[in-house]
This record gives sequence, structure tokens and C-alpha cells, in this order.
Amino acid sequence: MLNFIARRVLATIPVLAIVAVLVFLLLRLTAGDAASADQIARIRVELGLDQPILVQFGIWLGHMLTGNLGESFYYKVQVTELIAQRLEPTFSLSVLTIVFAVLVSVPLGAIAAWRFGGWFDRALMGFAVLGFSIPVFVLAYILIWIVSLKLGWLPVQGYKRFADGAGPWLQHLILPSITLSVIFIALIARVTRASVLEALGEDYIRTARAKGLPESRVLVRHAVANAAVPIVTVIGIGIALLIGGVVVTESVYAIPGLGRLTVDAVLSRDFPTIQGVILFFSVVYVLVNLLVDLSYVFLDPRIRY
Amino acid sequence: MATPNLNPLQALSVEAADVRQSESAWQRVRRNWSVRIGGAVLALLVLVALAAPLLGTVDPTLFDAASRDLVPGERGEITTLDGEILKHRFWFGSDSFGRDIYSRVLYGTRVALVVGLLAALLALAFGIVCGLCAGYLRWLDGILMRFMDGLMAIPAILIAIALVAMWRGSLTTVIIAIAIPEIPRVTRLVRSLVLSIREEPYVEAAVALGTPTWKIMFGHILPNTVAPLVVQGTYIVAAAILVEAILSFLGVGLPPDIPTWGNIMAEGRAQFNQYPHNIFIPGVFLAFTVLAVNILGDGLRDTLDPKMAKRV
Repeated sequence: MLNFIARRVLATIPVLAIVAVLVFLLLRLTAGDAASADQIARIRVELGLDQPILVQFGIWLGHMLTGNLGESFYYKVQVTELIAQRLEPTFSLSVLTIVFAVLVSVPLGAIAAWRFGGWFDRALMGFAVLGFSIPVFVLAYILIWIVSLKLGWLPVQGYKRFADGAGPWLQHLILPSITLSVIFIALIARVTRASVLEALGEDYIRTARAKGLPESRVLVRHAVANAAVPIVTVIGIGIALLIGGVVVTESVYAIPGLGRLTVDAVLSRDFPTIQGVILFFSVVYVLVNLLVDLSYVFLDPRIRY
Repeated sequence: MATPNLNPLQALSVEAADVRQSESAWQRVRRNWSVRIGGAVLALLVLVALAAPLLGTVDPTLFDAASRDLVPGERGEITTLDGEILKHRFWFGSDSFGRDIYSRVLYGTRVALVVGLLAALLALAFGIVCGLCAGYLRWLDGILMRFMDGLMAIPAILIAIALVAMWRGSLTTVIIAIAIPEIPRVTRLVRSLVLSIREEPYVEAAVALGTPTWKIMFGHILPNTVAPLVVQGTYIVAAAILVEAILSFLGVGLPPDIPTWGNIMAEGRAQFNQYPHNIFIPGVFLAFTVLAVNILGDGLRDTLDPKMAKRV
């Protein structure tokens, strides 16, 4: 098993290396100039842009690996520091979203599979297509309009730090998390339904029923537990969707997180920040999927490497 | 793709499809209700896009300070470029510049459909070439697929946002920026198809007859990947329409004077409290369009490609 873990960890290195090359090229080769020839020449030397591109890449990679993402053009602080400041809201939003989505979608998907072909199943699958199709920001505005403006139950926008009290923190995050979780609920419910459906056809389910276990226990302990691997996998893949959703949701709800930072950086053409945020998100995505792969060993004891 | 077919309904439809061997794929597609509904809504949208000038619209870029912030259905006036003042009913209201939302939404249909279709075609074209190369030319496989893995590790929307930011938004750059992150998925799909097709006897026969490699790739293998690619292409259209709207909404997409659904919503953000229709009306069009394309895609998947595993 240690062997498997070591191999899997090593396998992320080439992916991260290619991500680094792509991000490097993305910003070096496509950025337009908007300055006088003098300024350009001076800044080129300053940034080492007069060096051959491979040398530039080497220097840049050295900086990245030591956590030096450069200084933001706009905020005039280190990008690393900027990301650290904006991390809490995005982390809170992401965790709440995933927890909420899993709590809702796994039972729904399992019940749909249990009552396969019934009205509940059909309704859930219809909802899933809808959930994939409704744009995050449209949903956000529908929720704001109903819950915050018409009913006045929750604040419209903004964010409160966890340190300032869990109550206000949660109040400000409920709507954004619900908004963001809809696409996840659709995704996880579909996968749960499909995997539970497959598990329900297995011999051990028949055995469990034959020995007189209550149906609820058959469903939870035998069927859903055996569907854990695909469910965790889809959560890992879904992190990419989550990151996309975070960018939009944070903008609509005015949450000062990394997603908002991305949009602001793009609007102010703050290249070091754009680069830092993209690298950060990509590394998180790769690492989450690494953890997902490693979790298989614990989720499914049958898997041997 | 690699996951086994988990859905008994799909398994059933495979058997049903086998029973009706005499029936052509096209007949099966036409009889599918998802295809009918999705296709009908989509056909209607294409019609709206084409006939936008005839549907009681005005030039979507015209504005009139006297007609700002009208609610849907209100009458007002609008000044044409020649200085002529037209009486006009604002079916969907007007925005804070006094532009007619109805006209902007209808013309926005054109942008959405064009971006969706062209981005999907572009992603398919590049993905097909890369996938064929990776699947058939084994020496290219490793390096090409590692590159695609890296590209897939960067969240799609970030690539699109960064590229548009760098190039500045225009129709061409937005389409390219949306298409690029979709290429790895198409490549993977084509590659996996090629890997199984290349073992078929007719490919072996072609190789034995000394057919040139490019001819085997495009003449013998490519035609057999069409059905899954049509399905995948449909999903890319839906994704591309969504991403374009998101980019415009965030202010990093097409220039704000171009009438796109995302731009109309971006413009409506500041006054959402008083005039929610500026966001809701284009939002409904956007949601229905994406829904129609997704339903069409599901129908095509079930009829053309029943073996295809549920895609996430």
C-alpha cells in the first residue's frame, strides 16, 4: 500500500510541472504591452524578460517553488500574502457547499435508486438536468430576490469572518452555499443513484435481505457503503466545477474571497495575481484528486495495490 | 468513459436497440422525446435569432435618456441613429441607458448560439486531430496526453477568463478561450475510441493493403467516432453558452455594448433591487437554451450511443 501511495504521489509531479509550464506560457506569451518603449525596456530588464525564455522559466519556477509568487501590480503586496488573506471566505464557502451537497444528494440518490423508475426517481433525474442547466448567477439572483429581498430572512451580500462569531458567518454563507451546491447535488445524486443501483443488484444485497435485515440497513450499510468510491471520485472531479462556481458566486454575493480576487485581478490586468490564483487553484485541484485516489484504500478494503 | 455502464435503463435500451436492427439510427433519434423537445426549443431559438429584426425589435445598441429604467410593457420613445424619434413599446422594459431589453435579449440569442456552436466545432476539430494522433501514433501518445492532463488540471473557467483578459474580449477571442479548455476532454474521448477501433479487422485489412496512415486515421477510424462525438459536441455547446454568459456577466467577456445575455445581466446588477427583470429575463432565456441543448444531448446519447457511460 505504501508503494501505491508513493507511486500516486509521484504521478502528480509531471501534471504539476505541465501546469507550471502552461501558466508560465499563458502569461508570458499572450500579455499585451501598454507602455512606452523606455518603460518596457526598463521593466523587461527588471523582470528578467531580456533573458532567453528557458532561463526565464528556470528563474520563475525557482520563485514559485519557494512560494514567491511575485508582487501584485494593483495591491502592491506579495501575491502569496494576498491569497492567504482571501483564503478564509473561499474555504468556508467551499466546505459548506460540499458538506451541504453531500448531505442532501447522497440520500436522494440512494432513495431514487431504491425506488428505481418510480415518480421520485424520475423527479430527481429531471431536477438533475435542470440543476446542470441553470446558470449559477441566475440561481443566485433568484435566491437573493426571494429569500433576502422579499422575505428578508438573510443578508443580501457580504461576508463576516468566522472569528467575529459563527452566527453571522453562517448567515452570510447560507445563500451562497445553497446556490453553489445545486449543481453538485445534481452531479452527486446522479452518480449515487447509478452506483447504488449497481450495488443493489449484487448477491450480498440478496443475502442481507434474506437474513431479514431491515430495508433501511440494507440500503445504508450495504448498498450506499459500497457506492462510496464513485461518489468520492465525482466530488474530486467536481472541484473544478466548484472553483468555477466560486468565481461567479463570490462576485454576485460580494464575498471577498479568491474568486472575487480572480475577477478583480483580471479586470485590473494584474498579471502576477492572475498567475498566482490560477496556480493556487490548479494545485488545490490536483491535490484534492490525489487525496481522493488515496482515500479509495480506506473506503474500499477490497482495493489492493 | 472508462466507467462501466451502470444504468439498467440504458442496458435495456441497448437490448431494445438490438431488437430493432432494421431501424436506422436517424429514425431512432427522431422518435426520441428528449430529442424532439430539446430540438424543438432549439429550432425556435434559431428562428428567433434569424428573425430578430422582424420581431418588433429596434437596433439593440440604441439608447434614449428619456426611456431609462422602464418596467416591462411600458411605452416610451427611442431615438434612432438618424435622430428620428420612434414610439416604442418596451416589452421587457429598458436598462439604465434606456436601451430596449427585448431587442437586446433577442439579438443576444444570436451571440449565444454562434458562440456555442463555433466553440464546440473548434474544440471538436482540435480534439479530433489530437485524439486521432494520440490514439493511432503511439509515439505521440505519452507526451500529448500528459499535456492534456496538465491542461485539464487548470479549471476551465480560469483558462477562459485569463485568455480573454490577455487578448481583450472580441467574438473570436471569446470563442477560442472557451474552446481551449474543452479540447482535452474531446481528445480523451477520441483517443479511447481510436484505441478500440484500431483493433477492428477492417483497420487491420486496411493496414495490410498498405493504406497510408493518414487515410486510415481519417477514412477508416474517424467515421466510426461520429456518434459519440455528436453527443459530446452537444454538451460542449451547452457548456460554451454558459461560459460565455458567465464571462460577459463578470465583465471579462464580450465588450458591454454587444447585446449578449451575460452583458444585459451585468448591466442590470446595480439596480437589481428595483428592476430585477433586467437579470431575470435574459436569465430565463439562458437557462432554457442550456436546458434545451442538454436535453437534446441526453436524447442523442440514449439513441445514438447507448453504450456511453453517464458523463459528469
